[in-house]
Amino acid sequence: MKKLFASIVLVNLLVACASEKPKEPEAAAPAPAPAMEAPAPAPAPEPVVEVDPLNDPNSILANRSAYFPFDVSAVQDADKPMIEAHGKYLGEHPDRRVRVEGNCDERGSKEYNLGLGQRRADSVKQMLILSGAKASQIETVSYGEEKPRCTDHNEACWKQNRRSDIKYQ
Amino acid sequence: MALRVLRSIFGLLLLAQASVSNAAMEIEIIGAGEHQIPVAIVPFGGDDKLAQTINSVVTGDLLRSGLFRLIDPAGKSPHELAEVAYPDWQARGADALVIGNVAMQGTRIEARFRLLDAVKQAELVGQSVSANSDQVRAVGHRISDLIYEKLTGDKGVFSTRIAYVKRQGKKFSLIVADSDGYNEQIVLAQNEPIMSPAWSPDGSHLVYVSFETGHATVYVQSLYTNKRFMLADFRGSNSAPAWSPDGKQMAIVLTRDGSSEIYLIRPDGSGIHRITYNGSISTEPIFSPDGQTLLFTSDQGGSPQIYSMPVAGGPQQRLTFGEGNNFSPRYSPDGKSFVYTHFINGKFYIATQDFQTGQVETLTAGGWEKKPSYAPNGKLILFASEARGRGILATVSSDGRVQQHMFTDNGDAREPVWGPHQ
Repeated sequence: MKKLFASIVLVNLLVACASEKPKEPEAAAPAPAPAMEAPAPAPAPEPVVEVDPLNDPNSILANRSAYFPFDVSAVQDADKPMIEAHGKYLGEHPDRRVRVEGNCDERGSKEYNLGLGQRRADSVKQMLILSGAKASQIETVSYGEEKPRCTDHNEACWKQNRRSDIKYQ
Repeated sequence: MALRVLRSIFGLLLLAQASVSNAAMEIEIIGAGEHQIPVAIVPFGGDDKLAQTINSVVTGDLLRSGLFRLIDPAGKSPHELAEVAYPDWQARGADALVIGNVAMQGTRIEARFRLLDAVKQAELVGQSVSANSDQVRAVGHRISDLIYEKLTGDKGVFSTRIAYVKRQGKKFSLIVADSDGYNEQIVLAQNEPIMSPAWSPDGSHLVYVSFETGHATVYVQSLYTNKRFMLADFRGSNSAPAWSPDGKQMAIVLTRDGSSEIYLIRPDGSGIHRITYNGSISTEPIFSPDGQTLLFTSDQGGSPQIYSMPVAGGPQQRLTFGEGNNFSPRYSPDGKSFVYTHFINGKFYIATQDFQTGQVETLTAGGWEKKPSYAPNGKLILFASEARGRGILATVSSDGRVQQHMFTDNGDAREPVWGPHQ
């Protein structure tokens, strides 16, 4: 805001200076063209600002979660395009890293679910690699049933918890 | 087996006493043993001078077992053998009578008691139990053990401890407490999950899984010094720790080589040695009482089931069949059967199976009943359950007849495990 104010002031000063010419007595000389008046320049080309597709809410990359049926760890068809897109992005941005977190619903023992969550994280990792990412860009972790999004005893809740999340580091 | 839910009036009395005594847990008793032994417990001479009475501990212990029917002493107060009029007690229906005296001697408390057979009019037990003066409950539990052992023939577990994880909002606590919930000791408190606590055979250490570093890692912690070290911190999940009965090795589950597999490791973290190559989830290993065999959960056959294998390596044998999934096996102390979680038609049950006959007994009515472990006398099973909308601990007798529901003050109690005799 300060810069804008300063520029406005500067422009006003320049304009003021331009119009503060001593008046010629009687023989009014034609007012000199104001210093600021110049032919309108051609519009400057817009600077190219690179928008990281990761920050684009309309991009498929905005979706970071894959969901699974009960006791299944294989990536489902509905999630494949999203995971492939992340894999491609990672391949194009070798400096980016992700952590894939696997989760489960409560219908097992905590230890079995820890194993299942790891499988869900690993299967997403495999697909990311197949789609262009390097293994070194991907860390996997399982939370089993320990970090649920909800805790109700029903399928509406369970399906939310049967999930792998891709988290950019 | 259908259980009739009976709210025992003695249970209510116990609750009243519990709230007065600032208990950590409220305990509800459901059901009764097949034969309840009628016993009268006369408050010991000098008991009323104590802030915490021995009488409340002993009556609470015997009531909770479900195996005794307490006969009200109703005004009679013999403390010495000479004061006992056996016909009075027989007339009241008592088979056994407990009398005694307790006194503080400096920094010590000493209780002398006798357990008498009211019918045979003979002394069964005459003993003195003493401890530091802040150990009144321990003195009471010891007396309960002696009474229980003499009258039932089985070793008592009133002096044992349990460990469990309490969750309240985002806070997790690993807690060790007396088997009746008193004397809570907080082993670990943090804002990341804790699971799978297990006891060392001598009760001096706990091993457990913590997520504090961002993934599952295994810690061993001394219950005396509270010092701990990280037993396993490999890539992936480190979990499901179990201690061998001779204390010399442990089993854990690692995903560092791709799938959840079972490894042996020394209690100092050295000597890691992989023993399953199933390429599936194999977890929850537990040693047999003779240390030779492991039971574990595996989905190598397509669904989670219970398997056994020799600790030294060898073929794996599937033990659970039929419909449903099975998890979390643990041996009975005599090694003749195992208890586990059975999941079918959307409900979790506690079940036992006999190794020799293969016979399965379902001990609970079904709900969210998980993570069973035996008391060291093999007569009680502790497990995680749900009631009043939250996680609670529960016990069921090995014949399925008597249940306890144990409610913590607040939060959810999960991951219980019974400690050893000490």
